[in-house]
Amino acid sequence: MTRLVIPMTQEQVPVKSPMRSLVLVCMTMLMLAAGSARAELLIRITEGVESAIPIAVVPFKETGTMPPGDKISSIVRSDLTMSGEFNPLEPEKMLSLPSRQSDVYFRDWRMLGQRYLLVGEVTRRGERLEARYELFDVNREERILGETAAAPASNARSLAHHISDKVYEAITGETGVFSTKLAYVTVTGQGDDIRYRLQVSDIDGKRAKVRLESDEPILSPAWSPDGKTLAYVSFETGKPVIFTHELATGKRQKVADFRGLNSAPAWGPDGKSLLMTLSRDGNAEVYNMDLSTRELTRLTNHWAIDTEGVWDHAGRGIFFTSDRSGGPQIYHMERPGAEARRITFGSRYNARPRPGPDGQYVYHVHQRDNAFLIARTNLNTGEESIVTRTEADESPSLAPNGRMLIYATEQNGDSVLTVVSADGGAAYSLPAAEGEVRDPAWGPVTTR
Amino acid sequence: MNLSMSSKMVAMLLAAGLVAGCSSTGETMDDEGYGSDVEAIDQEGGATVYDGTGQEGGVSSSAMTDEERAAAQRKAESEQAAQAALRDVTTFYFDFDTSEIKPEAREVLIAHARYLAENPRAEVRIEGHADERGSKEYNLALGERRANAVERFLIVNGASRGQTETVSYGEEKPAVRGSGENVWAQNRRVELVFD
Repeated sequence: MTRLVIPMTQEQVPVKSPMRSLVLVCMTMLMLAAGSARAELLIRITEGVESAIPIAVVPFKETGTMPPGDKISSIVRSDLTMSGEFNPLEPEKMLSLPSRQSDVYFRDWRMLGQRYLLVGEVTRRGERLEARYELFDVNREERILGETAAAPASNARSLAHHISDKVYEAITGETGVFSTKLAYVTVTGQGDDIRYRLQVSDIDGKRAKVRLESDEPILSPAWSPDGKTLAYVSFETGKPVIFTHELATGKRQKVADFRGLNSAPAWGPDGKSLLMTLSRDGNAEVYNMDLSTRELTRLTNHWAIDTEGVWDHAGRGIFFTSDRSGGPQIYHMERPGAEARRITFGSRYNARPRPGPDGQYVYHVHQRDNAFLIARTNLNTGEESIVTRTEADESPSLAPNGRMLIYATEQNGDSVLTVVSADGGAAYSLPAAEGEVRDPAWGPVTTR
Repeated sequence: MNLSMSSKMVAMLLAAGLVAGCSSTGETMDDEGYGSDVEAIDQEGGATVYDGTGQEGGVSSSAMTDEERAAAQRKAESEQAAQAALRDVTTFYFDFDTSEIKPEAREVLIAHARYLAENPRAEVRIEGHADERGSKEYNLALGERRANAVERFLIVNGASRGQTETVSYGEEKPAVRGSGENVWAQNRRVELVFD
């Protein structure tokens, strides 16, 4: 008998910039219902990068009662460290703790070797928390960002991640992804006590929320482009079936329950269709389903396994995995249903393609000797390079800005999700608090 | 008693043989190609349809003495027991990234097929699994291909389509947790589950 729990959902709470014309902030965040967090993943920074940009994030001045938990400026510091692109200065090494431009002595920060400086103040206004912050280029002695943003006091982390995004964007010119979400599956217990939980958390593993709990496997979560719906495979009926699950309402729909396999869902760029692998016509083939009409278009037709279809960065063609050459390899179709061109050649096992956002690379699982790693293949040169240093890697998923990659692996016998910079430099890990953690899917940047 | 003891022995030896045969392939994994499989099974399976030397052998005849009849019956019973013993094995192992049924699994699968043929109401759920390595979604398809290979083998050997049902769990339900070739070898499998 299948036990299935679909937890109550929460309202969406926006973070707003109430003041001035500086920057309009309006991102939506899922608020955590009190006490619903369960077995959060703990963050473990495993590697930093020497070329990381030195930045001083001064502890923000606090006015009024602060909510319990980490301070806004600590969360920002941790976010920037996590990206691998920044090396924040330890607060103990700071010579002064300014909270506004008039208190800043640039010479001090130059002496400490800092290139950027972030100062600010958090003020409690009733049930809301307001943060005013300023970012400076230390060498030029210039203010490059200034903003006031606010959020419900219970949502301090959203406010902090928002500031991290703004700082990241101002310095690197790339989209920040600290406000995005991860979906993943945890597995605890054994035998009759086994529990699979589909969870959604911040990218630092905090604010984890169980979205579906089952005693049968759940896998392959995939985010809709607007970040509002997850598609996944659940075995709750005794076989693999594809569901869509609206996060705000908890509303689920069984979208593919055909004879045989119903697996590997991947959203179309407009969020109105779903690529999927079905074996209803005999063996595993890639199909596209129009979600409004449920009409299926078959995109592959081969006696071999064809699976893991995913749209390319341009949203025009499709990557997929096929073992038509004898072992799994990545193929590309210029448009759905067009002739497939083989992309990977460097190893006998390449699977689970995930396109980078600029069309230069496709990331995938790659076998080298007896290790399974994440590699990326340059789509122009065909050159393959290894991105990860662990050996039991699977389920790569790229951050929406293409700068980081998350995957599931093992470290010292622990089941972990590991995040690496997309070129393989810095890394942090999110170990399972208990049991196993797997199947990470990095959510999109949602409308601000 | 003797019979059931010996039939258990047969089953145990067989199971041991299957497992041993499986784990011994660990070292040679790298040398093995990704050969396709399904065609081979059909051809071979077609050629291996059971030969009818089972319990049908014990046709009684008035020319037989009581002693002969008793011997014939004992022989039939023992063959039936041997068949049942074979059917104690319900798990079949595969090499990495293949769905080729191993030679040592054939006799047992044929016994299962006969059982299904002789018991038209019996049903079997054929569950395909993969080891943890590689991609989960690909492994789901691989598990299905293994289950399909076993299903076709059973059907070619006498089971009928309505009696079988396949499901793939991919790498989601390992028989043994952990890593290493010994563990993986035990997880690359098809399990027959009779109702």
